[in-house]
Amino acid sequence: MATKASRSAARVMMAPAVILLLGWMLVPLMMTLWFSFRTYLPLRGGDLGWTGFDNYVRFVTSSAFWPAVQTTLIIVLSVLVITVVLGIFLAMLLDQPMWGQGIVRILVIAPFFVMPTVSALVWKNMFMDPVNGIFSHIWRFFGADPVSWLSDAAMPSIIMIVSWQWLPFATLILLTAIQSLDSEQLEAAEMDGAPKVQRFFYIILPHLARAITIVILIQTIFLLAIFAEIFVTTGGAFGTRTLSYLIFQRVLESQNIGLGSAGGVYAIILANIVAIFLMRIVGKNLDN
Amino acid sequence: MHLKNALRAASALTLVAATGAIAAGHSPTITIATVNNGDMIRMQGYTDQFTAETGINVEWVTLEENVLRQRVTTDITTRGGQFDIMTIGMYETPIWGSNGWLVPLDDLSAEYDVDDILPAMRNGLSHDGTLYAAPFYGESSMVMYRTDLMEKAGLEMPVAPTWQFIREAAAAMDDPANDINGICLRGKAGWGEGGAFITVTGNSFGARWFDEGWNAQFDQPEWADALNFYVNLMNDYGPEGYATNGFNENLSLFNQGKCGMWIDATVAASFVTGDDSTVADHVGFALAPNAEGIEKRANWLWAWALAIPAGTQQEAEAKQFIEWATSKDYIELVAANEGWANVPPGARTSLYETPEYQDVPFAQMTLDSINAADPTDPTVDPVPYVGIQFVAIPEFAGIATEVSQEFSAAYAGQQSIEEALEKAQAITNEAMEAAGYR
Amino acid sequence: MARAVTSRRKLINTGIAWAIGLLIFFPILWTILTSFKTEAQAIASPPLFINFDWTLENYGVVMERSNYARFLWNSIIIAGGSTILGLIIAVPAAWSMAFVPSKRTKDILLWMLSTKMLPAVGVLYPIYLLFIQLGLLDSRAGLVIVMMLINLPIIIWMLYTYFREIPGEILEAARMDGATLKEELIYILTPMAIPGIASTMLLNFILAWNEAFWTLNLTAVDAAPLTAFIASYSSPEGLFFAKLSAASTMAIAPILILGWFSQKQLVRGLTFGAVK
Repeated sequence: MATKASRSAARVMMAPAVILLLGWMLVPLMMTLWFSFRTYLPLRGGDLGWTGFDNYVRFVTSSAFWPAVQTTLIIVLSVLVITVVLGIFLAMLLDQPMWGQGIVRILVIAPFFVMPTVSALVWKNMFMDPVNGIFSHIWRFFGADPVSWLSDAAMPSIIMIVSWQWLPFATLILLTAIQSLDSEQLEAAEMDGAPKVQRFFYIILPHLARAITIVILIQTIFLLAIFAEIFVTTGGAFGTRTLSYLIFQRVLESQNIGLGSAGGVYAIILANIVAIFLMRIVGKNLDN
Repeated sequence: MHLKNALRAASALTLVAATGAIAAGHSPTITIATVNNGDMIRMQGYTDQFTAETGINVEWVTLEENVLRQRVTTDITTRGGQFDIMTIGMYETPIWGSNGWLVPLDDLSAEYDVDDILPAMRNGLSHDGTLYAAPFYGESSMVMYRTDLMEKAGLEMPVAPTWQFIREAAAAMDDPANDINGICLRGKAGWGEGGAFITVTGNSFGARWFDEGWNAQFDQPEWADALNFYVNLMNDYGPEGYATNGFNENLSLFNQGKCGMWIDATVAASFVTGDDSTVADHVGFALAPNAEGIEKRANWLWAWALAIPAGTQQEAEAKQFIEWATSKDYIELVAANEGWANVPPGARTSLYETPEYQDVPFAQMTLDSINAADPTDPTVDPVPYVGIQFVAIPEFAGIATEVSQEFSAAYAGQQSIEEALEKAQAITNEAMEAAGYR
Repeated sequence: MARAVTSRRKLINTGIAWAIGLLIFFPILWTILTSFKTEAQAIASPPLFINFDWTLENYGVVMERSNYARFLWNSIIIAGGSTILGLIIAVPAAWSMAFVPSKRTKDILLWMLSTKMLPAVGVLYPIYLLFIQLGLLDSRAGLVIVMMLINLPIIIWMLYTYFREIPGEILEAARMDGATLKEELIYILTPMAIPGIASTMLLNFILAWNEAFWTLNLTAVDAAPLTAFIASYSSPEGLFFAKLSAASTMAIAPILILGWFSQKQLVRGLTFGAVK
């Protein structure tokens, strides 16, 4: 179908996007690579020359490195699991007949429109504050001691905040997918007397596979980079320092651009490992 | 007809726009980055007066403290030139000044009376004797306590309490049934938050960050003493979740009547005796404590100051603004409109000589606290650095933030004090090696 | 009989769904409620729901202190500009990928997505230095470009998956009738793709509106959007819950209203090819 002419036209049409993204990727990447091999301390006179792999070694041998990688992965994985599981549940619920479906849908997707900074501030101050937060009021109402969420349960708290933000996105995509499910197929299964659980695992879930893959892919991209939620709530304390937060500390708090850049390169490598892994699955799921 | 009208409207609009442009061309605009603290917000309210007096327009970039630091540091280190005036502290000023990034403030007008600036503030904002930032307000730390609760407990706060007395008083005032904590202190991670507080606490127990060879000192018994004392005090009589409490959190606790004592910045005095406070009539003040037998008190020294980044196009106008905002006249302006208790404190000697200001209950204690702090001699044992609650080297902010995160984790009970100190020692030495000190 | 069962089920569904919906929405609702309280009421114990004296005081304070209109306008320009610019670049690219696929199409797509994985903090200095060189600091144009580049992979991906759902036969038929490439694009594809384009625009607008790293770090005055506005209320001295709530409400209200009005569009197009 595609003629030679349309092929070259296609190439021309793709060119701006490809060139721009290539530039957006390469220019900062090259600069980051360059800095990562230099002793670059803005507060000590700037670029102090070549330093080989020192920054790389220092970054990776720092006691903060592996915990940060672990924290990053835990946050990403937990949020993915929570949003996908709850998302499937919510999508199936919203697919049911009910009164005021439109309004409920609006309520459920609303968190997606809230800026991460705002949602982190609201959760931190108005919900998780151990003295004046809503949670502490609820705890006290039931006679329990209020929990200091952001110190005693820092990771669960951050995972909860981030999940709250991303649940709407997962729900939306999964809902569209469920709505496209052939209801005849389901009814047939129901007639055959297949129990609910089986219907879910043999018909609904396989149908959702593709949508779940998409949710995982898109969310992972955003979750690997979460920053505002941590900056506002714990500032990286209590074991919530992710890799991107560690880089932030090296670059902006310690003012060590070389070291931070080396960290940036590691983050890119980590992201790409995750990406290759993801894309294997996505590619497979998207092809069929 | 229509067309004519449209044309007329269009040319009128162009004219308006052009006049606007010309007007804008005539009156320069300076951009000021500042922190969203109460005194700065108040200053913004008076900018119109400055513009009316001088014809200089002012654009404000008001940011939360952490964002502000990140923003102005990026800009100054890259010579971004986004701001004509930056609000910075006593930590940044000497470092930036020595790098030649700030315009020296050595030609301020005679009327400005630079010698009136409190010596402690002036020293802290200078490098090699040259002033690089003018203090908008200055602070030390002191004890703020509830006089009514002290009375009820049958105790009397000495002017210069010890930590042992503070503990005793906290025990006496602590009243969980009525939602009153004996004491509220900062525990929040961050070098300017809990980091600053635990550093001065360390000083008052005879501890120090570095010995003269830049070796970290967290393996010394003084640090263990200080940290153990702090954690026991807070676990016994402190509020829930103190490991995440900073200045703001404690201020709101104290104002709600939930703290018997609070040791923090002297500037808090005007808030806890102000309109937002439910305990305004029952607040007393005392010098920051020391451990028995230690000559250094837990007094820090800080100023929020205005500095001009080198290379700005609007240097003269920026200077004019700084002279206005940190002048005696500005203090009088605020005093006339909002009362003497609300003027920016801690910057000028003359303020403390003003009879009206001497009547303000916290004035003298603030001055005494500031005078009790000496950045050039902060610790019992000699140190190679300047600074009380910080060490004036570029690496400090990064190191102290990480160290204070380890401490906060210990406050929250996630690791032992020994573990926290071990990690602090390792982090600090690691970073100092990377920076080439050791 | 059967009817009774369904309506009972419907009732249960409704109950559960509303309960969950309200629970998820509660933080936003609470923020909006708090914005109408005084600072003292905002921290009252037990918390006050609607039984307080509603006041507009906080909005007054925020309006007086900040030039809200300018922040808002900058947000609109940056989010809107980057969306439009992104579409202009993405539509042709997605079109050619969807209708003239080659062996490398999928690789290119995945590579594009991978550019999003560059950690923003790591490249702050390079980008800042670059912006100084190009004179783009604190300019809306600079932010429009950055926001566009950041979201471009997502836009292309969304449009690609959407275009792919358009049956190829229609195009072939049109070509048989002698339609040129241009005509094909304008008269056949575009109308069919409008729901997809609309929801792509919406999603991109939301993402650009909410982005808080670059918009904060590359701006000062002239281009500072609502994310910078929020940063001046985030934790000042003294009580601030009510003022923070008012500022937050003002920052999210425009996008929330837009999102609500267009949620049907968003839902219809936000499939990323999840539906076949």
